[in-house]
Order: sequence, then structure tokens, then C-alpha cells
Amino acid sequence: MISLRSLMQPHRVAMMLIFAGIVIWCAVSLQWDWLPKYAPLALQGIWTTIWLLVVTVVLGFCLAVPLGLAQAVGPWYLAAPAKAFCTIIRGTPLLLQLWLLYYGLGSLFPQFPWIRSSELWPYLRQAWPYAVLALTLSYAGYEGEVMRGAFKGVAKGQLEAAKSFGMPRLTMFRRIWLPQAIRNVLPTLGGETILQMKATPLVATITVVDIYAVSSRVRSDTFIIYEPLLLLAVFYILVAGLIAVAFHWLEVKVLGTGQEQR
Amino acid sequence: MTGLLESLGLAQSAELLSLSPPGWGGNLLRGLSNSLQIAFGAYALGLVIGLFGAYGKLYGGKVTRDLLAIYTTVIRAVPELVLILILYYVGSDIINKISAAVGGGRVEINGVAAGIWVLGVVQGAYATEILRGAIQAVPPGQIEAAKSYGMPAFMTMRRVTIPAMMSFAVPGLANLWLIATKDTALLAVVGFNELTLETRQAASSTRAYFTFFLSAGFLYLMVTLCSGVIFGRIEKWARRGQPSLTGGSK
Repeated sequence: MISLRSLMQPHRVAMMLIFAGIVIWCAVSLQWDWLPKYAPLALQGIWTTIWLLVVTVVLGFCLAVPLGLAQAVGPWYLAAPAKAFCTIIRGTPLLLQLWLLYYGLGSLFPQFPWIRSSELWPYLRQAWPYAVLALTLSYAGYEGEVMRGAFKGVAKGQLEAAKSFGMPRLTMFRRIWLPQAIRNVLPTLGGETILQMKATPLVATITVVDIYAVSSRVRSDTFIIYEPLLLLAVFYILVAGLIAVAFHWLEVKVLGTGQEQR
Repeated sequence: MTGLLESLGLAQSAELLSLSPPGWGGNLLRGLSNSLQIAFGAYALGLVIGLFGAYGKLYGGKVTRDLLAIYTTVIRAVPELVLILILYYVGSDIINKISAAVGGGRVEINGVAAGIWVLGVVQGAYATEILRGAIQAVPPGQIEAAKSYGMPAFMTMRRVTIPAMMSFAVPGLANLWLIATKDTALLAVVGFNELTLETRQAASSTRAYFTFFLSAGFLYLMVTLCSGVIFGRIEKWARRGQPSLTGGSK
């Protein structure tokens, strides 16, 4: 990717020095005395953000596979609802979906006594199930569209070969169709996962305490504006970098094994 | 009409959504118009930034290129919500400092203008990447031919580069417009009266959450679908005279 030699060009060295100067200036002259007090809360917030991201990406992808399959090869009574779902999710803002689920369902559920007396009620009263639901549906909607293209893009000959060997349909799907589809769209999935990470701070608007909510609390408690926001931006850049590196590693690994078999 | 609504049990919702004051329909439409204004403005600003950014990335000096790379990378890695807060505070701080230096008092910032500035800077980063890719896809011979005819740089851009890159850029730009309309919803978090915030206010004061959120969703969906049709036409227009990509199989 980036080699050491390309970094050692004179103008880049100068820019790095300027950047280091800005960082040192930030560390010295900005106000950081609030950090120790809020550090435990911030760690919890980071944990919530990462946890939300991983859970919703995994669940969303599990939903996206049938959505994509229904749209790619399903009969019309499966394809039409799947397409409608993807269009609606992709056509409306996530914030609206989140608020619809949280305020709408949240005001609907208490009206039913059997829900209130059920074992799920303590969870339904909290905010995070709605956050997980909204983010999962959103990821599923976007990825359903991606997977539709992916399933259609797998070469027909491969599937015909599997069929002619007498492979059962489920085995064919598991061994040939799904792996190839995922391999084709892995770079897209990486980008979409970064988009999903960028959607997570929205859950702070429904009282889930993620890292964004922690920074908002610092801002409203101490009236310090820029320091928590800068730190927050750095955190998100780091996570985005990690996701990009992870998917790159996955790509190299997956494509590498794919090339070996050829 | 009323009979039909009543038989469906929607009479109450229709009353809540009516355009005259006891209903909240007027507020929703005003929110929609605010949202669209911000989206249009931010999109236009984003395109201008994107065009300059793309040219800077392709033809600029080393430092310009690296600075633009930092701009697009950082903007695309940080959540819009965080960027909106940072840019909002930075923008209002700068304006107030300038106003204080000139000798004026605190300036109240217009919500629409602030929204356009904030979302425009975000859109600019995406537009830079889209336009850069599109310009790179133009066969270099065309631009060289224009240069060899002695066409000035600006005229080359207007007559050759932009028309030739349009067909490559339109799909990405259509996507960007949809992102712009949906990102206006984020401004609700900083308290601009756009559609999502108006909806939430209407919903929380009438307790009819589903009615309002679903109708706002419907409005957003209409905007999205209409934009899809319009951009489809633009793409057809931008591709005129070019061989079809499907290779004539259809």
C-alpha cells in the first residue's frame, strides 16, 4: 500500500512535521483535564459502539443473503416484497427509521398487557433492542441489494456443473454459490461496513450510551466543545482504518485461496 | 372520500395530517421544503468543491494532492453526525470572530445556510472522488486534442472534459444526491427544522407516532423515487450517441 520511500519525499516530511506540530499544540494548549474523569464512561461507550457494529453487521448480513437470493432468483411473490423492503430502507433516512421503531413501537407495546407481563418486557423497555433492530434492518436493506448483484454475477456454468454432478441444492448453495458471491463483493462489503460504522452514532439520539453520546455528555457537562469532538473523530478514523485493513486482509486471504485452487 | 377513510379507520390520521392548523400536514410540508432547500444547496456546493477537488487531485502540485487526499479520506471516515457538529461549531466560531473583529455583535446563523455549508463540505469529499474517477475515464486523446488546438484550459473543461465525463459521473452523482436528501435528516440532531425534526415534534405532541413517521417516510420515499426517474433521464441524455453498455444483447 504505502511504502516507506513514498513517505520520505521532502514535501511529505514537511507536512508530517507540521502535523506533528499541530498534534503537540493540541496536546499542550487545549484542555484535557476532563479526560481521567470520563475515561471509564468513554471505554464503556467504545465497547457499546463496537458491539453494536459487530452484532448488526453479522445479523444484517444473515438477513441480506435471503433478501438477495429472493431478488435474484426467487419467484415473484418473494422477489417483490424483498425489493420493496430494500427500496424503502434505502429510500428513507436511517434516523427516521430509528425514531419510528423507538417511539412508535415503544409507545405501542405498553398497550398490550401480555407484552408487559412477558419475560421480554425488561428488554423492550430499554433502548438498545430498537437500536440493534433499526441498524440490522438498515444493513440488511443495503446489503440485500449488493447480494442480489452478487448472486446474479456467479457464472452459470459453475452452477450447471454442480447440478450435473448431482450435488443437492443446499450443498451447491453452501459450497459454490454463496462463497463465490461473497468473494465478488468483498470490497463493496468493506465499504458498506464503514458506512454502517458511520451510522452507529445515530443511536445516541434514542438514549443508547455509545462513544458519541459520551462526547455529547462531556460537551454539555463541561462546555468544552472541540476537544471531545476531535478525539471522537480520531476514534472513528481509527476504527474505519481497522475495518479497511481487516477487509483487505480477508480479501487477500480469500482471493489467495481461490487462486490456489485454480 | 371521508366515508372511505372512516371505513378504513384512518379518519383520525387524515385529520392529524390536514394542512390547516389543527392538523400538522402544513408543518411537515414546510419541513420537506427546508430539507429540499438544504439538499439542493449542499449538493450544488458539493459539486463545486468536487470539481475543483478533482482538478486539484489530477493536475495539482504535490502538496495540493496530498492535502486533498487527507480531506477526502478524513471526511469519508468520520460519521456525518460528528462532522456536522464540528463544522457547525467551527463555522459559527469563525463568523463570530470575524464579526467581533469588524466590531459587530454575535451573529445568529441562519439554519438553512449552516446546513448547506456543513453538508456541502461533506458532499464535496464524495463528489471529488466521483468526478476524479469520471475525468480519468475520459480518453486522454480527447483532452490532448483540445489542447493541441490551443483551447484555453477553462474552455477545454467546459466543451470537452465535462460533457465527455458526464456519462461516467451521473450514476455516482445520482447516488450522491440521494445521500444528500437523506443526510438532511441528520441536521435534526442539531435542531434545524427540517422534515425529520418537524415530524418528531408533531408526533410527540399528538402521540400519533406511526401516523407521522410513516407519512414522513412516504415523503422521503417519494423524493427518492422521483429523483430516480429524473436521474435516469439525465443518464440517458448524458449517454446519447454512445454505444449501449449491454452490448446490444437486449
